[in-house]
Amino acid sequence: MNIHEYQAKEIFRKYDVPVPKGGVAFSVEEALKVAKTLDSNIFVVKAQIHAGGRGKAGGVKIAKNLDDVSQHAKDILGKTLVTHQTGPAGKKVARLLIEEGIDIFRELYMGIVLDRQSGKYVFMVSTEGGMEIEKVAAETPEKIIKEWIDPGIGLQSFQARKLAYALGLEGVQVKQGLKFMFALWKAFSSSDASLVEINPLVVTGSGDVMALDAKMNFDDNALFRHPDILEFRDLSEEEPSEVEASKYNLNYIKLDGNVGCMVNGAGLAMGTMDIIKLYGGEPANFLDVGGVANPETVANGFRIIMSDRNVKAVLINIFGGIVRCDRIAQGIVQALNEVKVDIPVVVRLAGTNAKEGAQILADSNMDFIVASGLAEAAEKVTAAIKE
Amino acid sequence: MILINNNTKLVVQGITGSEGSFHTAQMIDYGTNVVAGVTPGKGGHTSDSGIPIFNTVQEARDKAGANTSVIFVPPPFAADAIMEAVDADLDLVICITEGIPTADMVKVHSYMAGKKTRLVGPNCPGVITPGAGKVGIMPGFIHQEGKVGVISRSGTLTYEAVHQLSERGIGQSTCIGIGGDPIIGSNFIDLLKLFNEDSGTDAVVMIGEIGGTAEEEAATWAKENFKKPIVAFIAGTTAPPGRRMGHAGAIISGGKGTASDKIAALKSAGIAVSESPAGIGELMEKVLNK
Repeated sequence: MNIHEYQAKEIFRKYDVPVPKGGVAFSVEEALKVAKTLDSNIFVVKAQIHAGGRGKAGGVKIAKNLDDVSQHAKDILGKTLVTHQTGPAGKKVARLLIEEGIDIFRELYMGIVLDRQSGKYVFMVSTEGGMEIEKVAAETPEKIIKEWIDPGIGLQSFQARKLAYALGLEGVQVKQGLKFMFALWKAFSSSDASLVEINPLVVTGSGDVMALDAKMNFDDNALFRHPDILEFRDLSEEEPSEVEASKYNLNYIKLDGNVGCMVNGAGLAMGTMDIIKLYGGEPANFLDVGGVANPETVANGFRIIMSDRNVKAVLINIFGGIVRCDRIAQGIVQALNEVKVDIPVVVRLAGTNAKEGAQILADSNMDFIVASGLAEAAEKVTAAIKE
Repeated sequence: MILINNNTKLVVQGITGSEGSFHTAQMIDYGTNVVAGVTPGKGGHTSDSGIPIFNTVQEARDKAGANTSVIFVPPPFAADAIMEAVDADLDLVICITEGIPTADMVKVHSYMAGKKTRLVGPNCPGVITPGAGKVGIMPGFIHQEGKVGVISRSGTLTYEAVHQLSERGIGQSTCIGIGGDPIIGSNFIDLLKLFNEDSGTDAVVMIGEIGGTAEEEAATWAKENFKKPIVAFIAGTTAPPGRRMGHAGAIISGGKGTASDKIAALKSAGIAVSESPAGIGELMEKVLNK
């Protein structure tokens, strides 16, 4: 799960990770109200969307007085920002973060992520703050310094010192940096985060170390033990059909193509998308109905697929293991009695009771296109689109 | 055959839950030697399938001779269940549970360092050696005894591949679902090493997907070390970056873990890669007939 910058900074404050003073605003009035409480003569107005690259897209503005705050807030609220992470459609800004301006002496980078290869969390720093870190990693990997954290003992002082000196911190900054890193590790490990990234991390004119930006992602599997973090979920940042699907425990991701697909199992669902493309179609979605595909889940799956107007044909690919194909077939027939589907539906059933399932589809007198193999199914569904 | 054979004596952790009890019956039906179940607080009873239940894995090992465990424990308690099985010094632990918090698995990973127990999974369909036993949730009847090993990060896509093999009369030595999570017990290389030494395996199907770099690492290792032919498929060529495609581990992040990178790495190691998920069996047939 992703959260907004201002929410990540709330979590930071809770664990004593230094951040600029500031607050969220949903309107120009609120923006002014927050600015007045900051006791500053320079302000930053920051668009809050779930994507990076906001500055370049005009979503971050400096204000030298309250009138400027008001003007920038008016300009940015409601604006659609297109960044390298939003896709061409962009994202509409509904929230702002109003912060005090900070006297920046140096811009650095700090992050913690899971390293899948070693099975440990890795603490990373770089002197190349403010840059796109993926670019730094690709072009000058030696400028990213890493320490692997043993989950049993956590971040150790010697590791934090190595990172602090690698950042070129000096004098009082070193102590500040160490304190910062321990607080950040605590924030990360206490909240089951899957990623925390601060870009830039700044050293201020007076030698303080502070998180000017804050990005946190969370492990969806661990959210059951963090109801407070779950409250940060912003549904307006998500695709409405995906939100709807999640209510029925369906794993749905909307894509741009015109062939809808419904599959049991994530790997087979990806494979089905791939083969649609291979046969000249474009997948409209990823949909894994899971191991317990019953009439209800199939009907809900159909509703969600059909809510996408680009969909011109549907491919249902079920490999029955524990799930029996005859029950799936019953589900499909029942679902099509409930949901109006006026486009071609290709069904491929394999595995447990596949024959019985095919018979149920044939007996239903509905207009299914039945396929026996995966390749045949892909061929038939892409042919149906071209008709 | 590797991992599961006629000496396997299985303990089912979470045997009294709905999944555990259903699949215990299925595994017994297939001929798997299930010797014990574990559900804390229900020790001394017998399960629906007539299997003796113990309070701890240690007891299941000491009193029923269990050497392998399969875990159906719910996600919040599954990491603890894995560590209990490791502590009891079992040879093999297969964790089916989906949805274990990553931080829990990071701890498990660290706990297992230096221990003799091998972990397969979590978030996997399990391991089957056709004819000898199935430990997991895969449909047994699609498999045939034979000499092709299968290693996969997926569930139903593995069934699809096995189905294609069996349809062509190509039987399997052992099929392993290694799991769709970012942190898993055994990776491709661990199992390729076992297949390399297994005289009952002539070739291997490897099914990967987007996310992480396990396939790239396997390709590099196999090029230098693996003596048998490999046929591979990578799912997710059409997956968008930054999205978690069902499996927690199936995500392209920071430009890393794309299908095209993986396919390129496999091909450069001389591995035959099927472009289509429907062409895995056919490609293996070609490779075996060479």
